[in-house]
Amino acid sequence: MSPLNIKKGSSKHSAYALRPNFSDVEETHTLAVLVDNEAGVLARVIGLFSGRGYNIESLTVAEVDHEGHLSRITIVTTGTPQVINQIKAQLGRIVPVHEVHDLTVEGPAVQRELALLKVACQGEKRVEALRLADIFRAKAVDSTLTSFIFEITGTPEKIDAFADLMRPLGLAEIARTGVAALSRGAS
Amino acid sequence: MTRQMTGAKMVVQALKDQGVEVVFGYPGGAVLPIYDEIFQQNDIKHILVRHEQGAVHAAEGYARSTGKPGVVLVTSGPGATNAVTGLTDALLDSIPLVVLSGQVPTFMIGSDAFQEADTVGITRPCTKHNWLVKDTDKLSETIHQGFHVATKGRPGPVLIDIPKDVQFASGTYTAPKQIKISHYQPQVKGDLDMINELVDALEKAKRPVFYTGGGVINSGPAASQLLRELVDATGFPITSTLMGLGAYPASGKGWLGMLGMHGLYEANMAMHDCDLMINIGARFDDRITGRLDAFSPKSKKAHIDIDPSSINKVVPADIPIVGDVGHVLEDILKVWKARGRKTNQEALAKWWKQIDGWKQINCLAYKQEGATIKPQYALQRLEALTKGMDRYITTEVGQHQMWAAQYLGFEDPNRWMTSGGLGTMGYGVPASVGVQIAHPDALVINVAGEASWLMNMQEMGTAVQYRAPVKQFILNNERLGMVRQWQQLLHGERYSQSWSEALPDFVKLAEAFGCKGILCKDPKDLDDAIMEMLNYDGPVIFDCLVEKHENCFPMIPSGAPHNEMLLGDANATNAIGATGAVLV
Repeated sequence: MSPLNIKKGSSKHSAYALRPNFSDVEETHTLAVLVDNEAGVLARVIGLFSGRGYNIESLTVAEVDHEGHLSRITIVTTGTPQVINQIKAQLGRIVPVHEVHDLTVEGPAVQRELALLKVACQGEKRVEALRLADIFRAKAVDSTLTSFIFEITGTPEKIDAFADLMRPLGLAEIARTGVAALSRGAS
Repeated sequence: MTRQMTGAKMVVQALKDQGVEVVFGYPGGAVLPIYDEIFQQNDIKHILVRHEQGAVHAAEGYARSTGKPGVVLVTSGPGATNAVTGLTDALLDSIPLVVLSGQVPTFMIGSDAFQEADTVGITRPCTKHNWLVKDTDKLSETIHQGFHVATKGRPGPVLIDIPKDVQFASGTYTAPKQIKISHYQPQVKGDLDMINELVDALEKAKRPVFYTGGGVINSGPAASQLLRELVDATGFPITSTLMGLGAYPASGKGWLGMLGMHGLYEANMAMHDCDLMINIGARFDDRITGRLDAFSPKSKKAHIDIDPSSINKVVPADIPIVGDVGHVLEDILKVWKARGRKTNQEALAKWWKQIDGWKQINCLAYKQEGATIKPQYALQRLEALTKGMDRYITTEVGQHQMWAAQYLGFEDPNRWMTSGGLGTMGYGVPASVGVQIAHPDALVINVAGEASWLMNMQEMGTAVQYRAPVKQFILNNERLGMVRQWQQLLHGERYSQSWSEALPDFVKLAEAFGCKGILCKDPKDLDDAIMEMLNYDGPVIFDCLVEKHENCFPMIPSGAPHNEMLLGDANATNAIGATGAVLV
């Protein structure tokens, strides 16, 4: 899935695909943005998306380099290739942004999300919930006599699937972290 | 050298170390410590404006006419919110500004204190970057960083919000050379593969056109020189956006005039029919492109821009080059010369023949007849009588602005200050004051419409106070001319709220401000009246009563392509379709 035809060497200083090859099909991309962890930086990123009418499917942020005060923002967004390209270029303009990586086009990447699901159930349904949790490698991290909290890690699709299964068993609440992602390989 | 001093003193010291000579500002409670420091020194001149919006536009005029960043000092709350229009204007036109705002003390932030506003929150989307400084030790470094960000890459406004307790507290001053190098270092050199590809296209082009913008001016005078060399050596035609006027001289042999919605026929036709478009420092603004799917359908498009987000934003580029215009032009010239200065002479001659045919249309023709002054005539006479003078022009926004761009000739960069991207009525008066402060001996004329002019006329007080002999050349049609024109063409001639009733007597107004007022309504008197304005040593308000219903042509109606220009009233009414009508 590489709609952006980057000529080798032509954009070596930049994360942006400058050779347009745009289609009208909406795509989902995962962007990793390395930023200075300073006041207001998240507001700048979110303000960019709302101000220019871009979508945010999920967003996670935390400081990843405590000495360098750098935070990593992982954004899952959708748009046509032209819009995705603009999003990357506009992110790159923000002064405290150091790097913008499009994990969707830069090669294989690992994407994970963590979710906590509260399932309120009794009797046979408790057994079934535990059995399904086992299949999905979800952990019961809390339990009362009438409920469980499961912790599950995986791709957003896996979490969706698990939540769909838990719904008839008494899914009461769900909290998701949004996607964290890293590209594969040594660099 | 590091030194201990108060935050307020640091501000003044940092400005001095950045080479700042002039600050435009207005005092208030939250910046009193800084004003106290300004009082106790003579290196930096403070220009007291009459409204903070005026301060920002004046700083813009100063910055555009000098190439140096403009500096503004305002207080918290209303002082900062009044600066917002100017900040947005500077952001859209890529003007380097450093705006310092006072803020309530850090321990009161968030308490809805008197004159508190979330200034960094409000100005986040209308600055290139902004900072709230909560620690005096970080103040000087932040100010130096502010100058770096405002001026490097695509220039723009920055704002530094300084709480009052940070101004009072003592801290360590850091000089510009001692701050750690910012990671913000935009790429200035263009990619050589791409430059080679562009040179290849230059050599082969049959119908080329240079389309240049404000980026050439922002890149500095050397970029304009290189542009002139390239255009003249290749013999290609050149057109420019409103923002780029003066980068290539209006008297140059390649000059086609401005392009776009009110651009010249030959410029727009050349854009539509070209086979190679070389965009240098322009951004395919909607005023330029007209209907996008019909925009220059047959051309290969090269786009040189220092801002990667400009490339492919609106119009896909076939040859994209990220870099500073000056650096890239230098490389293009080097490569093109090394490869033997080739162009397709035969095809070029044919292309020019076609262009000369378009020029025969004489799209700026108008009839000056009867006892009423046509606005075009007024500008043509102004042009004729000021030609060759050390002249700077500012404008307000509207018909007069477009006529000024069409009928005045600009021979050099940094001589034309106008609000392009944001279209800010009220820009011209303060901008003219800022320009005159930067160039005390030059002739500075603000070409205005009476409605725009009234929006920031309080700055005439500033002009008088600082003996800035700005000439306010008001084309008074007692209408919001451009609004009226659109209502005529689009809204069934229902002129809703587009006339200026209860206008002041501009001559008396001038006298009230302490400057000279001139009224002119007869074409026969116009030359003498303009000369009187030029010869007067002091600010002048020139009330030029012009034809009330003149429309600005040529015009590409909203939603139309370049080759469907309206050239005059005869073909204008009802020319805009329903889809065009929703566009601004």
